Amino acid sequence: MTDKLALSVRDLVVSTDADAPVRILDGVSLDVRSGRTTALIGESGSGKSILGSAVMGLLPDTMSAQGEIVFDDRQVLGIPERQRRALRGRWVAMIFQDPLAALNPSQRIGRQVGELLRRGGLRGKALEEGVVRLLARVGVPRPEERAHAFPHQLSGGLRQRAVIAMALSGGPRLLIADEPTTALDVTVQKRILDLLAEMQRDDGIAILFISHDLRVVSHIADDLVVLYAGRVAESGPARSVLSKPLHPYTRALARSVPSVSAASAVSDPIPGTAASPAARPSGCAFHPRCPLAREICRRETPQPREVVPGRVSACHFAEEFLDD
Amino acid sequence: MMSMIGRRLAVGVFVIWGVTTLMFVLIRVAPGDPATTLLGPDATPEQIEALTERLGLSGNIVEQYLAYLRQLATLDFGDSFRTGQPAIALVSSRLPETLQLTLGATVIAAAVGLTLSLLAARRPDGAIDRVVSTISILFQGMPTFWVGIMLILIFALVLRVTPSSGAGTPAHLILPAITLALPFTAIIARISRATLTEAMREPYVQTARAKGLSRGEALRNHAFRNAMGPVVTIVGLQVGALVGGAVVVENVFAWPGLGTLIVDSVASRDYTVVQAAVFVIALFVLALNLVADIVNALLDPRIRVEANA
Ligand SMILES: Nc1ncnc2c1ncn2[C@@H]1O[C@H](COP(=O)(O)OP(=O)(O)OP(=O)(O)O)[C@@H](O)[C@H]1O
Ligand code: SF4
Ligand SMILES: [Mg+2]
Repeated sequence: MTDKLALSVRDLVVSTDADAPVRILDGVSLDVRSGRTTALIGESGSGKSILGSAVMGLLPDTMSAQGEIVFDDRQVLGIPERQRRALRGRWVAMIFQDPLAALNPSQRIGRQVGELLRRGGLRGKALEEGVVRLLARVGVPRPEERAHAFPHQLSGGLRQRAVIAMALSGGPRLLIADEPTTALDVTVQKRILDLLAEMQRDDGIAILFISHDLRVVSHIADDLVVLYAGRVAESGPARSVLSKPLHPYTRALARSVPSVSAASAVSDPIPGTAASPAARPSGCAFHPRCPLAREICRRETPQPREVVPGRVSACHFAEEFLDD
Repeated sequence: MMSMIGRRLAVGVFVIWGVTTLMFVLIRVAPGDPATTLLGPDATPEQIEALTERLGLSGNIVEQYLAYLRQLATLDFGDSFRTGQPAIALVSSRLPETLQLTLGATVIAAAVGLTLSLLAARRPDGAIDRVVSTISILFQGMPTFWVGIMLILIFALVLRVTPSSGAGTPAHLILPAITLALPFTAIIARISRATLTEAMREPYVQTARAKGLSRGEALRNHAFRNAMGPVVTIVGLQVGALVGGAVVVENVFAWPGLGTLIVDSVASRDYTVVQAAVFVIALFVLALNLVADIVNALLDPRIRVEANA
């Protein structure tokens, strides 16, 4: 835990500006260490992508953020847009779920991958070489040729490699990967994950890996943050969280994926539907679905606290799970 | 792309046939006849009958139509009833003026309309967007002839900075082109604003923003080209309306183009000239529609590739 923090989010609140504001994120804290991967996991609508957008500084116009977003000791929430923009692509980069949608359909791959190089002043031959080097580095075969292709002319896997090349082009310290493999074939998924791990090893990039797939996450995450209805349910080192969850929601999540929890071979879906931040239940947001809920859970919101060193849980009864 | 062009041409032939036939019938069904109009109130019935015979209007409408089609097949439109010159020569002498006017209006409308839409789409529902949408509604709602008259009053009569009517110098083009451009500007601004705003929500624009591009840069460098397809299509489809507007504008400004020629020829029942003019206008509109389709295909590499295959 002594690695340098590349990203530190503290008590982040993201609310909609509507007449009846909704706290999409309600006091989220998480860290991403340099050269490490923090996985952010949660059901659909729990606020994972919004957190990614907040860190990028690209929230929808209708939302605003309070709290702290610290890049490498520098608070970036609330600094002028011009300064924030200078960090995008160069300090923090992002890759998205669907590589076809994430690429401009009417621009050649090379032009898009080289856009940051170009903005950095490269032209002509040097620019071309830079693009080819980036594409080759992420394992695109025949990069000179591929640079001239349009996105629709490449396979899904190659497209995502191009998107990764584009994200790496500014030499970022932090990479936000929002479900980067969800839209890909299973065989391709594995290769993309390997590529990300390789880039991380080479460059020491910190990765915030957003996913709803615990199976994927269990392979790559150093740290895990479990989000429920816009709040952190649990966080800590991935291995320890998965082997001994300190929150009933994490337990249920683990049990819903057969290969993650050794205890059961069959998947055991969580009963009920995910609570949305817009209609967050009182007290502990998980209480309507929690098999262990008691009276206090409906009334009092459990605050995330360090139950044992490095392990944070937001369950009133977290201590009771320690000796399970 | 070649097969698309071929299809368009086939459809175009039918459209031109339909439009000219309709014109042929309507102008003959309308009250008044050429011989009476040409000879004036003092003509004797014998004189009128002789002239009708000479103009080829003595048979019934079906006979006349068959004769007209035979001529049309050799691109012969007949001679003007009024001047005796070949109708097509009269039309071609007026065509450049109308081209100038519609082209001028299109350039103004595209430049102003696209600029307005780029300003508006940067922040949808923001202050600029609202101003632009108000301007669009105004531009589109004002009747063309009224706008023309107001512009003449303000710029030609009060401020005396432009000629009030006629043609000849570039200054003469300014007011009629602006008048014709206004509703077209509004249409381009509205459609382009809508497609740009939609494109700004696309993930690839987020990608561009994630690379550090500002909203405006993402809009111009990434959203713009992808948003232009529907705009070009609509512009192509609106060319017909533009030519219709040109007829009105030419008459307000006494602009010596096809519009004034058509109105004069209808008034004097100069059937051959009206027929030739309508034919040329239909051809012009179809040609521009085709250009719009080709531009559209060139804008989108996905269509371009499929169309080549
Ligand atoms: N542009 C927006 N305007 C208003 N509300 C939004 C917007 N985008 C997302 N939300 C709301 O914010 C909440 C969190 O959405 P978010 O996209 O972060 O979920 P997610 O965890 O990424 O889900 P998924 O796994 O489906 O991607 C949801 O309740 C969603 O309805
Ligand atoms: S606080 Fe209560 S409802 Fe919430 S997870 Fe813990 S036991 Fe369940
Ligand atoms: Mg998401």
